[in-house]
Amino acid sequence: MVAAAETVAAQAEPEVLLAGHGITKRFGPVVANDDVSVELRPGRILALLGENGAGKSTLVNVLFGLHRPDAGQVVIADEHVELSSPHDAIARGVGMVHQHFQLVPPMSVVRNIVLGAEPRKLGMIDVAQARRRVMDLADRFGLHVDPDAAVEDLPVGAQQRVEILKALYRDARVLIADEPTAVLTPQETDHLLDVLRGLTDQGVGIVFITHKLREVMAAADDIVVLREGRVVGTTTPAQTSEAALAELMVGRAVDLHGDRFESGATGVGSAVSTAAAYSDEKPAAEAGELPVVLDIAGLCADDDRGQRAVDELSLAVRAGEIVGVAGVEGNGQRELVEAITGLRHATAGTVSISDRDASGARPRQVTVIGVGHIPEDRAKHGLIGSYSVADNSVLNRYFKRPFAAGGMLRRDRIDSHARDVVATFDVRTPDVESPADSLSGGNKQKLIVGREFSDEIDLLIAAQPTRGIDIGAIEFIWRRIRERRDEGTAVLLVSAELDEVLALSDRVAVMYEGRIVATVDPRTATREEIGLLMAGAAPAEVGS
Amino acid sequence: MSVPAGPQAPAETDAAGRAGSTDDSRRTLTRTVLRAAAVPLASVALGLVLGAVLIAVQGHSVLSAYSALVLGGAGDADALLRTLQKATPLVFGGLAVAFAFKAGLFNIGGQGQLLVGAAFAAGVGFGLEGVPLVVHLPLALLVGAAAGAVWGAIAGVLKATSGAHEVIVTIMLNFVAGNLTDWLAANPWQDRSGSNIIARTPLVEPSAEIPTWGWLPAGFVLAVLAAVACWFVLERTTYGFEVRSVGANRHAAHYAGISVGWIMASTMAVAGLLAGLGGAIESLGVDGRFEAGVNVGLGFEGITIALLARTNPIAVIPAGLLVGLMEAGAAKMQFESGVAPEIIDVIQALILLFVAAPLIVRWLLRLRDTDDRRLTLGAGWGR
Ligand SMILES: Nc1ncnc2c1ncn2[C@@H]1O[C@H](COP(=O)(O)OP(=O)(O)OP(=O)(O)O)[C@@H](O)[C@H]1O
Ligand SMILES: [Mg+2]
Repeated sequence: MVAAAETVAAQAEPEVLLAGHGITKRFGPVVANDDVSVELRPGRILALLGENGAGKSTLVNVLFGLHRPDAGQVVIADEHVELSSPHDAIARGVGMVHQHFQLVPPMSVVRNIVLGAEPRKLGMIDVAQARRRVMDLADRFGLHVDPDAAVEDLPVGAQQRVEILKALYRDARVLIADEPTAVLTPQETDHLLDVLRGLTDQGVGIVFITHKLREVMAAADDIVVLREGRVVGTTTPAQTSEAALAELMVGRAVDLHGDRFESGATGVGSAVSTAAAYSDEKPAAEAGELPVVLDIAGLCADDDRGQRAVDELSLAVRAGEIVGVAGVEGNGQRELVEAITGLRHATAGTVSISDRDASGARPRQVTVIGVGHIPEDRAKHGLIGSYSVADNSVLNRYFKRPFAAGGMLRRDRIDSHARDVVATFDVRTPDVESPADSLSGGNKQKLIVGREFSDEIDLLIAAQPTRGIDIGAIEFIWRRIRERRDEGTAVLLVSAELDEVLALSDRVAVMYEGRIVATVDPRTATREEIGLLMAGAAPAEVGS
Repeated sequence: MSVPAGPQAPAETDAAGRAGSTDDSRRTLTRTVLRAAAVPLASVALGLVLGAVLIAVQGHSVLSAYSALVLGGAGDADALLRTLQKATPLVFGGLAVAFAFKAGLFNIGGQGQLLVGAAFAAGVGFGLEGVPLVVHLPLALLVGAAAGAVWGAIAGVLKATSGAHEVIVTIMLNFVAGNLTDWLAANPWQDRSGSNIIARTPLVEPSAEIPTWGWLPAGFVLAVLAAVACWFVLERTTYGFEVRSVGANRHAAHYAGISVGWIMASTMAVAGLLAGLGGAIESLGVDGRFEAGVNVGLGFEGITIALLARTNPIAVIPAGLLVGLMEAGAAKMQFESGVAPEIIDVIQALILLFVAAPLIVRWLLRLRDTDDRRLTLGAGWGR
């Protein structure tokens, strides 16, 4: 199992920055990692690939000291180490880019980065020196952030850069990132990959997880594919292809729907053919004049800082139609969805759903009218981590028949419903009594999607519905969304993935600075046109 | 090739689950309970060990001290009665903290809620005459419970409407309740019979007295029923689902259509009701009246009990019994072995310290911490 030859004396430049040898990690009956070995060398980027629940997060969490392995060893800088907590890993130069940022929101970027390792002068924090050192680092690695901005005011991409700087400030030689691009816009993703590349030039090693094959092909030096906890392939981009990787991940041939996964790499793929491949013969909304289900007029809403994020927005979605909202993240999409679903107070305007006035409705009223909502932030809104899979499968419908009667929960009904959702959406869990926290990221998302699809609804509001979901399951979820549309459900889709918007939508509404600046037909518009509109160009200039 | 059926594929484990005998599930249950109880049990043991050291250092016999303590708390019917009477308000106070905690609220106001419950129940108890027991006693209990509920609800409503922190508000309400009930006992409701100058009410009418059956006070039966009711409400009803959701993830609860404000207000009212009932039983079943200053501190012990029970309503019963026993047996311990009864307070404080700082206990006993807790501290997006 474990190679006994790992006793090379540590030199100035270690041969192996970070490795796991024969790592096995069990959670009760689940073997999350089964004799997994991986190795990261200086200046290289190691990409971990695998289906939802394959064991990727578990592996990096073991390497970072968050989990203790049941068997196997962790090697950092050529030395066998026993990690009892992440502090041990950090002390040895391993950094992790966190999801729930380990940052203090109201504090400045500089202070966050130096926190706990501040340069001192006469017992006081030497702010000037701290600022200088942070700026130096930022310049050296091309990580551009405003050093004096409060972290809470930064978009997620910039917060990630702060996290990276924080690790580098602590002399990290290894950076671990678990699906860092899942929350980024395509532009931010490209930037992040550039930054990572730049880091490797300075000898830093990187382990990152992603479900997007084009990122792997573009950025990775080494690729390790996991399936059911085991390493099923170790390769490099030069030796493989996206199709081969996908097949390795899933264990069967996957129809990648080429355009989605290959066009993006160059950014000039044809949206026309993408859309044509997907929209079926019957563009439902045009065929019959189906009724308007969601009607938004003059809607205004503020963001968390009290600035107007949705600005007199009007939009209608008909039954049997998918309207996709395209836009660079931070242009009010989140606030729009929250204002419709009652999570956020709308300052002006009206919302009507199925001819009922839903302006200022509370989330419960919106649910009862017949709206399904896949929320953007699964940890914050979508699930209660300590609740079982079963309870989460009825999180917003627990009060309805048959899950409740006379104020009592009917456990048997809830459990059998949960088993349905788990089976239909292939949520990998030992049983429905397991806490949702024990699910892998993608399986959490599948559980939410499954829940929102399991009720009679007239309107589906799907925000980033496939975030964190593996390529095999994306296909499936897209199919379900189209099926719903064909059955007459109105669908409002918000996605940071332009590919997803183009692939699914019957109409694309481009959102910029809180307004819908144009509505285009995905079969005729090009990616460039939509990209320009998203960047704020006037529709006339784009001239479609 | 079909979709891989891995070790965690639902179909396969389902079959395995069904094949598993009830024996298996019983064993899992036992294990779950033991795991949850490990820290509290170890804390109690550690507290007793350190208490023993303190007793020995003072030159007393640990064995005779502890055996007197146990005999004094459970040695005969009288001892048992004392223990159960002591345990009753502790269980109610513990429930008042535990229930609020399920909604993520820290109810420090058990003391005030208990005091108003005790005073108003006594008020009804002595104020009404010639009413049959079946009406009088329930009415007195109800008024005490309602007074506590109002006291709790004030904090809950303020929290829901203005965001005022429940800890601050309940602490202040404790002072208000203390002064209000002192004034009631010293002025309008004071016992004027004979030459009484003590700030206390007259004795309650016999029709408002809570009976005692041998060693079993009816009040303790109510406490057990209340604990079971709390468990049932929290685990089996939609309301309990809402309460727990608000406590576990306020944002997700909002998304789920739950009115977070209503849950906060109503949960605090329920918590106050429980503490108020505890106070009412104290007046109607133990003291026979309300007297200023007698119940001071009783409400605060609820916090100890709730922590010891790890806010599990059923576990509040043994936690209350344990502390009740120590308090009931302290007098005998002093009488027989000369150990000052304050040692009990020290032991209690030590137990509380260990429960509140589980890391110390885990480290001392080499109990493995779960990975899950650490994971919440940091992980990537792929979770
Ligand atoms: N804390 C835990 N308790 C119990 N089971 C767990 C826990 N963490 C992970 N698992 C299980 O281990 C397996 C691997 O999970 P992991 O999170 O590593 O998957 P992943 O490859 O990161 O998947 P995804 O792409 O969905 O993020 C899953 O079956 C998951 O349910
Ligand atoms: Mg993961």
